[in-house]
Amino acid sequence: MTQKLIDIENVSVSYGQIRALTNLNLTIFENDYLGIIGPNGGGKSTLLKAILDLVPLNEGKMTYADTSLKKSNIKIGYVPQITEMNRMFPITVFEVVLSGKLPQKFQPFFRYDSQAIQDTLDTLDKVGIAKLADRQINELSGGEFQKMLIARALSLKPTILFLDEPTAMIDNASQKQVFRLLKKLSTEMTIVLVTHQITTILKQVNRLVYLDKNILADGDPLEVYNYMYRQPIVSSIMNRNTGFSEKEETL
Amino acid sequence: MIQVIMEYRFMQYAIISAVLTSLVCGIIGVIIVEKRLVMMSGGIAHTTYGGVGLGYLLGFEPIIGAFFFAIVAALGIGFIKTKKTGFSDIVIGLFWSLGMSLGILFIGLMPGYPPTITTYLFGNILSVTTFDLILMIVLTVIVLLVILVFFQDWKAHLFDQEFTKILGKKTKLMETTLMILIALTIVVLIRVVGIVLVIALLTAPAATASIVTKKLNFRMLYSVIFSLFFTLTGLFISYSINVSSGAVIVFVSIVTFCIVFLINRYIIKRKQIKWAVK
Repeated sequence: MTQKLIDIENVSVSYGQIRALTNLNLTIFENDYLGIIGPNGGGKSTLLKAILDLVPLNEGKMTYADTSLKKSNIKIGYVPQITEMNRMFPITVFEVVLSGKLPQKFQPFFRYDSQAIQDTLDTLDKVGIAKLADRQINELSGGEFQKMLIARALSLKPTILFLDEPTAMIDNASQKQVFRLLKKLSTEMTIVLVTHQITTILKQVNRLVYLDKNILADGDPLEVYNYMYRQPIVSSIMNRNTGFSEKEETL
Repeated sequence: MIQVIMEYRFMQYAIISAVLTSLVCGIIGVIIVEKRLVMMSGGIAHTTYGGVGLGYLLGFEPIIGAFFFAIVAALGIGFIKTKKTGFSDIVIGLFWSLGMSLGILFIGLMPGYPPTITTYLFGNILSVTTFDLILMIVLTVIVLLVILVFFQDWKAHLFDQEFTKILGKKTKLMETTLMILIALTIVVLIRVVGIVLVIALLTAPAATASIVTKKLNFRMLYSVIFSLFFTLTGLFISYSINVSSGAVIVFVSIVTFCIVFLINRYIIKRKQIKWAVK
């Protein structure tokens, strides 16, 4: 039986006056390859950050394998949005990926052991950027940078991998490579993917969620897609929500 | 010159403080430049003027007042920054001017006008006292130890704070520590270049080093070497022509930065392009 990995109960998150998530309920199961779609400002990134304990919850609670994040044996990997990163920082690709091997506790004069270094080389190889190991990150293209972030997340040996728009701002060829890599990884771990590339991920994921402050649809990817984008009644409701009614448009 | 150094205590103190300044500047300066904390450092530096004034008014060492004001300003600004409200710029401005105004108020309240006050504002490396020197040594050792002993943690944290949080590190502790280290660095610098000119010594060596090398640890090393060059050159020029050391040091550092920048831009880069075309 598939096991519950993360249980999100009645969670609300606000940034000052702005509500990003309202009373959201969602369960992520083991071996899910979950796609999250929705409009800008719909709370997709916030949901990931709330799960990762990077933003505080206003209401509700999260349980990780029936316990708290720290106590559970769930290991989380996170690939942030590339636009949030400092791409000029003086550090090499190898050093970035190696930093996934940092111990949780502060260890004076910490040095990475040979096992960590070997693991990092293997991870770089797996993601297909072994050649770039000694490059400074400011010399990387968007796609290469993205793969480096995925490699860093993988070097934690995660049980669940969260990706926030991993294909934004990168070209088609790189997008395909990233999706191919994710497909391969989805056989090894649970993946939660936020993206705007709806048609591409339809073929990828085994579960799709439409998020706009709350979950509007959840289930089989094709059904969710049809429900959200094909049904005229839904689209008219969406139009009303966004402030553009059909009437006004015809006028 | 060597005879002067051997003979006079104040010259020996000046050289030791130049070395101490260079060590903290090199390391914290690189962090400040990379994390874009320059204006915040300026805010902390100017806030310390309130502490200096309080020291004069109540009759304790002004640098101790500066020390406490720096810590309070660093923690205050740091706290507002973590709230991500977008007000940190405003708060920096408020701290900046509040500190200055408090300093002026405190000095206005005391009878007479302290003649040494300008050495705090514009720095005078030749007037460093034994007490200043001991304080500078202690603070420098603290800054160096905290950064170098946990260098790998700092490197990951400075690149991506969210990631170190996911690793389970105490990122709030690291952020607060960083703010305190910046405050300590500023206190070390005040006697050498003065409150008004602190920003120059925090940015110029790190910015010059960033042109020369790309690796974080080398950047810190080169930055130390550059600031050593700036402070010592400045010291000797200011001693020879008898002008404020702070001003000379800052002038030398910014001129050097411009020269290195231009050399890199118009000679080395151009050669590289020509070479690549061939």
